[in-house]
Amino acid sequence: MSDGRGPKPKNMFEIMTSECRFVHLRIKGGILNHMMKRFISCFSPCVLPALVSLLLSVSLQAQDIPTDPAVISAGEALFNGNCKTCHRVKTKLIGPALAGVETRVPSVKWVFDWVRNPAKVIASGDEYANKIYGEYNKSQMTAFSSYKDEQILSILAYVKAEAAKVEAAPVAAAGGAAGGGSAVPTAYLDTILVGMIIILVLLVIILALIVNALRRFLNQRDLSEEDREVVNSPITFASVSRSPGFIFLVIFIVGTITFKSVIDGLYSIGVQRNYQPKQPIAFSHKIHAGQYEIECKYCHTGAMKGKQANIPSPNMCMNCHSQIKEGTNTGAGEIAKIYAAVGFDPMTSTYTGVTKPIEWVRIHNLPDLAYFNHSQHVNVAGVVCQTCHGPIEEMDVVKQYSVLTMGWCIDCHRKTDVNTKGNAYYDKLVELHSTAGKKAMKVEDIGGLECAKCHY
Amino acid sequence: MGNTNKTYWKGLEQLKNDPAYIKNADKEFVNLGVEEDPGHSRRDFLKMMGFSVAAVSLAACETPIRKAIPYVNKPVDVDPGIPNYYASSYINGGDYCSIVVKTREGRPIKIEGNALSSVSGGGTSAQVEASVLSLYDNYRLRGPKIGDKDEQWENIDKEVMSKLGEIAAKGGQIRIVSNTILSPSTLATIEKFKAKYPTTQHVQYDQVSYYGMMKANEESFGSAFIPSYDFSKASIIVSFGADFLGTWLSPTEFTKQYAATRKIDEEHREMSRHYQFESNLSLTGANADYRTPLRPSQSGLAVIQLYNLIAAKAGKSTIDGGLENVANLDKAAEDLWANRGKSVVVSRSNNKSVQTVINGINAMLGNYGSTILPNMAVNFRKGNDEAMSAFIEDASGGKIDGVIFYNCNPVYDHVAGAKLEAALKSVALTVATNYTKDETSSAVNYKTPDHHYLESWNDFEPKKNFYSLSQPAITPIFKSRQAQESFLVWAGEKNVDYFSIVKDNWRSWYYAKNGGGMNFESWWDKCLYDGVLEPGAADAAAASFRGDLAAAAAGIASRYKAGNTGLELSIYESYAVGNGSQANNPLLQELPDPITKVVWDHPVTVSQKDAAALGFTNDGESNTQFGTLTAGGKSVSVPVLIQPGQAIGTIGISLGYGRTKVGTVAENLGVNAYALMDGNSLAVYEGVSLTKTDKDFQLAQTQTHQTYMGRESVIQESVLSEFKKNPAAGRDFPKVSKWSEKVDPATLSLWKGHDYNNHHWGMSIDLNTCTGCGSCIVACNVENNVAMVGKDEVIRRREMHWLRIDRYYSSDGKHGDYQALEKAAENPEVVFQPMLCQHCNNAPCETVCPVAATTHSTEGLNQMTYNRCIGTRYCANNCPYKVRRFNWFKYHDNRQFYQANPAMNTDLGRMVLNPEVTVRSRGVMEKCSFCVQRIQSGKLAAKRERRPLKDGEVITACQAACSSGAIVFGDMNDPNSEITKLLKIERDEKRPNGIDKKIGNPRAYRVLEEIGVKPNIFYLTKIRNKDEAKAEA
Repeated sequence: MSDGRGPKPKNMFEIMTSECRFVHLRIKGGILNHMMKRFISCFSPCVLPALVSLLLSVSLQAQDIPTDPAVISAGEALFNGNCKTCHRVKTKLIGPALAGVETRVPSVKWVFDWVRNPAKVIASGDEYANKIYGEYNKSQMTAFSSYKDEQILSILAYVKAEAAKVEAAPVAAAGGAAGGGSAVPTAYLDTILVGMIIILVLLVIILALIVNALRRFLNQRDLSEEDREVVNSPITFASVSRSPGFIFLVIFIVGTITFKSVIDGLYSIGVQRNYQPKQPIAFSHKIHAGQYEIECKYCHTGAMKGKQANIPSPNMCMNCHSQIKEGTNTGAGEIAKIYAAVGFDPMTSTYTGVTKPIEWVRIHNLPDLAYFNHSQHVNVAGVVCQTCHGPIEEMDVVKQYSVLTMGWCIDCHRKTDVNTKGNAYYDKLVELHSTAGKKAMKVEDIGGLECAKCHY
Repeated sequence: MGNTNKTYWKGLEQLKNDPAYIKNADKEFVNLGVEEDPGHSRRDFLKMMGFSVAAVSLAACETPIRKAIPYVNKPVDVDPGIPNYYASSYINGGDYCSIVVKTREGRPIKIEGNALSSVSGGGTSAQVEASVLSLYDNYRLRGPKIGDKDEQWENIDKEVMSKLGEIAAKGGQIRIVSNTILSPSTLATIEKFKAKYPTTQHVQYDQVSYYGMMKANEESFGSAFIPSYDFSKASIIVSFGADFLGTWLSPTEFTKQYAATRKIDEEHREMSRHYQFESNLSLTGANADYRTPLRPSQSGLAVIQLYNLIAAKAGKSTIDGGLENVANLDKAAEDLWANRGKSVVVSRSNNKSVQTVINGINAMLGNYGSTILPNMAVNFRKGNDEAMSAFIEDASGGKIDGVIFYNCNPVYDHVAGAKLEAALKSVALTVATNYTKDETSSAVNYKTPDHHYLESWNDFEPKKNFYSLSQPAITPIFKSRQAQESFLVWAGEKNVDYFSIVKDNWRSWYYAKNGGGMNFESWWDKCLYDGVLEPGAADAAAASFRGDLAAAAAGIASRYKAGNTGLELSIYESYAVGNGSQANNPLLQELPDPITKVVWDHPVTVSQKDAAALGFTNDGESNTQFGTLTAGGKSVSVPVLIQPGQAIGTIGISLGYGRTKVGTVAENLGVNAYALMDGNSLAVYEGVSLTKTDKDFQLAQTQTHQTYMGRESVIQESVLSEFKKNPAAGRDFPKVSKWSEKVDPATLSLWKGHDYNNHHWGMSIDLNTCTGCGSCIVACNVENNVAMVGKDEVIRRREMHWLRIDRYYSSDGKHGDYQALEKAAENPEVVFQPMLCQHCNNAPCETVCPVAATTHSTEGLNQMTYNRCIGTRYCANNCPYKVRRFNWFKYHDNRQFYQANPAMNTDLGRMVLNPEVTVRSRGVMEKCSFCVQRIQSGKLAAKRERRPLKDGEVITACQAACSSGAIVFGDMNDPNSEITKLLKIERDEKRPNGIDKKIGNPRAYRVLEEIGVKPNIFYLTKIRNKDEAKAEA
């Protein structure tokens, strides 16, 4: 867009103002519709302005937006999982800011239709739909055909609740990433270290004093010439280095270090921790997952349902990048690679049909003999992505955060409680486990360390 | 077997006490002689090792970069790692099965039966299971060819159309030759072609013809058809050579029906009785209660005899002919008469006269409308022998100008194939749509390959008013084209999109009647989803028999002879490779023949007596000699196998081998038995001879080498009369000695036992309904990436099958001398026993593994961890069931196994591998895992939906493939599971989840119970519907 060849884009201000105007107009239209339907014969046009707010609330009360906290939190989950990619409550992203949406659309019923099948609403010639469609450069919202009325309502409830919140003062929160600060302060550790060094030095001094005292004592005794020589022989480098104890110590230390490094080296074969290859597209999780807080599972669709979390296909990138044509870090260069892959011409916003798959470099490579299923961990156990993948939302370039060795898996299976809440599959196991003892049921207690759970 | 004096033997070698056999009997792995000195020294070894270390350390410096390439535009219902299932239909000539195709990332990897179909009833056969690998056959044509040159479709179309035009212009004759076509839309397409070129005739033929049956029905009932059979309603089944459980007409369907009549328990103590009169020991004969070996030349006479016996009882007039003294025939007649309307008589014969008499018998017994359903005519075999013979004659006579072979291979699988091949050279236009370059395809000029059935749209009508669809489960791999589209292009049609044509046909043919008020698209989607549309047949009309029995008797008299003394040849379809169309499939080549247990070859079978007379000997190492078999003036050289149960004076040979242009897997294996046929008859009565040659040969047999050392608690069987008195009849209750008393082995254990808190997986195998067909073996191989190893390795006893079916012969009395041996081998009883890892609760393999590579799970599984195994083979040594298989070689990515195991050695073949199961490497042990990948995915699905696992959600591959339902798998902790109910597991309140379940079913036993390993697999006793325990010898 910056090369000036294409049509001049609207700047943000223009978009915002047109949005406002549009909303304003829409409210009037909506009221007029209601007027026509119900009240036109009863009221004279002069009372119309006074009825505006009243009618609006009446029409919405028919499909009251719930305020129940449970519904709001359900809505929040849905919003974060699906809507947040394009919509924010108070700011405009790909799509409009949703705050106050309930007041500007024709009806709640309209929202239901729109969410389930926007194309149909647009095709039906709906005025508001076509207006907003035109407003957003004819980019269509993804259809969520499976959503039920109550689900959409819960999202609206969340939006409403969120919009009502007064902007809280930014809390100076600490990093809070997975695997944060240690429990013991560093200063405390330093003190202990210094104290121990002092004790050791004192010990050496005491030993030297004892040796001196002993020598003096022996010199005062009547000793043979040989003995005297032994007692007074100076401690030289040669005498120390030839002593069996010293030789043993050196061999022992060298041997131990060699042994340890060989073992460590062998154990690291095939372990690719911190593997951070260059990817064909400089995609930044820091921007997408961190800054824009896009839910991981929005793109990694398989994580909840199958073995693979799935690297998103570029058509999924296009959900947003059909609109966002310049990136934060890299400008248009990297996004152009997506367009090349899906065969999209950003100038004309059309698809050419010439596609070229993107060859990402696999970072997390489990050996073929190990079976891992994302849905077991993400969906059933409710493990968050960061547990294994680390602070992915802070990575510009993704690296392998965990070692992904069998010991690492086993360790977690030993420590982790089974997420049995609300899962009837585990009922019998929980019952049997609780009769056997009071300890929490760990993964290992239900066969989580068995070979054929991962190897077959 | 405390209550019988039967002797079980696994083969003639054991029965004979052959010294070579005795020597190796107790060894699982026979020492086959020291391998030659390879000529390497210790120095070479060190050099190699030094080099390897250097190479490995260099190679290890850099981890290879692995790419992950997502879809550009992900299809909405395809998720990597999650399988998709599509209902479709298996079709191979007239063979049909409604199936569900499992695909992963767009690749079909497994085929299972479609339970919604009442035709195939959710069952499959070995060939159906194996057909998924045929999709990835390296020998498939990559695209169209003219001669041997690759060509573009447009150019071929142009040439073919211009030639067709020329022929049509001068009024020349065009033929479309095919096997039976079940597809209404394909037939309609051919009609369109015929409309464009009116001199075209469509000739259908079948490899194994049923034309005699159709003609007989035409005479008897007025129309040429083959009826449906319902064996499930039959109390008495009499078969003259019809191998309805193995190869006859619709074996998958019949197996299911037959098994329904063989399921018995304490509450239902009735089962069908099955008589078989046949020459070769067939799979069906092996399952029969009463089997009579019979010369083929006598079978027609035996049919007349049966007619006369029943006619006498019915008070009808008898017909001429008949043969006295056929064992069991009088008894069969009595049983049939006593069960009128609940019996069925069938015959394999392709002789119209014999089939007419069979119809007469069934009509007399009132079986039409109950066990035989003429209102549900089947379309599996519609071949017309006369039309086919006329075509070959015309072709040789130069009267044919153009011929199109639609997916058929008559050059190989017709008796006059050689003649046809010669004739094709002078036909102006020769086209074949075959998808491989087979014998016929090689003999034609234009090779226009059709899609594989898994890549095609099509519809089928296997039975009247039973429809099904076939949909592509993969994008076409090669530049092939749907054959129907080719026909339409050549016919000059505008719309050549076969999918839309099928859809339109269904709209106009079936939607109006069966739409049920749905809109068309929804109805069509439902049909596609179900795979089948079954409006059902019209009501059974009373079929009135009006066949001319006197003429039939005369026809039989002219063909059959009572007193033939010479050798007779009885040809049969191979159980594994079938009629040979799928011969290039190693899954089928390495599937042991259920009877002979031979793989990768087909020997001729002779009786013990004839073998002695002809001078053939077999030993315990499957060593035999080549014989020269002459029939119909043609001679072939074939290895000879002595087969118990083979009718004396007959020899048997299977079809399906001797392919010359088929691909590396099966090329030049065996001989082509089609050429030996007597016209369209599989039996040759005259001019048959077999002479011994000096050439020795070693067959590859998967059985004869593993004896159970006299521990006869392995097979427990009884007869129905005993079972009626005592449902525990035939059971063996072994005791072990303590210092004071003899106790039940289950009560003694070194261990305290353990609990399975979650699931306790177990399996039950009903020996009464298992027919030994082997589809479970192929299903297991495909599901679990089991390596095929090839003939040489099988000879070294290194086959990798996780599941084998042991076939035991038994006969009465002692047999020490030669006469007794001959008698015993004349007509033995047969038992099939599927043998797989028994998942012992106290598994002996686990305790001896030095690296804990085989361990026990909390769900009762005996787990095998390949990556932990170091290959000591202690476990195999300690396994009482000999079900552990060792990877002696790296069977994948190894040129040595390219021919035998293309599924792991070629890029195309590898597409069939199941990504959920590791491909094992050299030096590790493997065995049945109870399909742990299916257990895990079933459990995970339940967990994701936050609910307990339901019974039936986890089924093993073998269970899914079993048409007869002999295998039941499930959670023995679940009080409502099928297995709990079948085994009548009584809940132990003190220890409900313990390993020792109280089994209430008196038929259930564990193999080798006396050793106390407590398997989780139970077998149900074999019950034969016989009057007394004595075997008929």
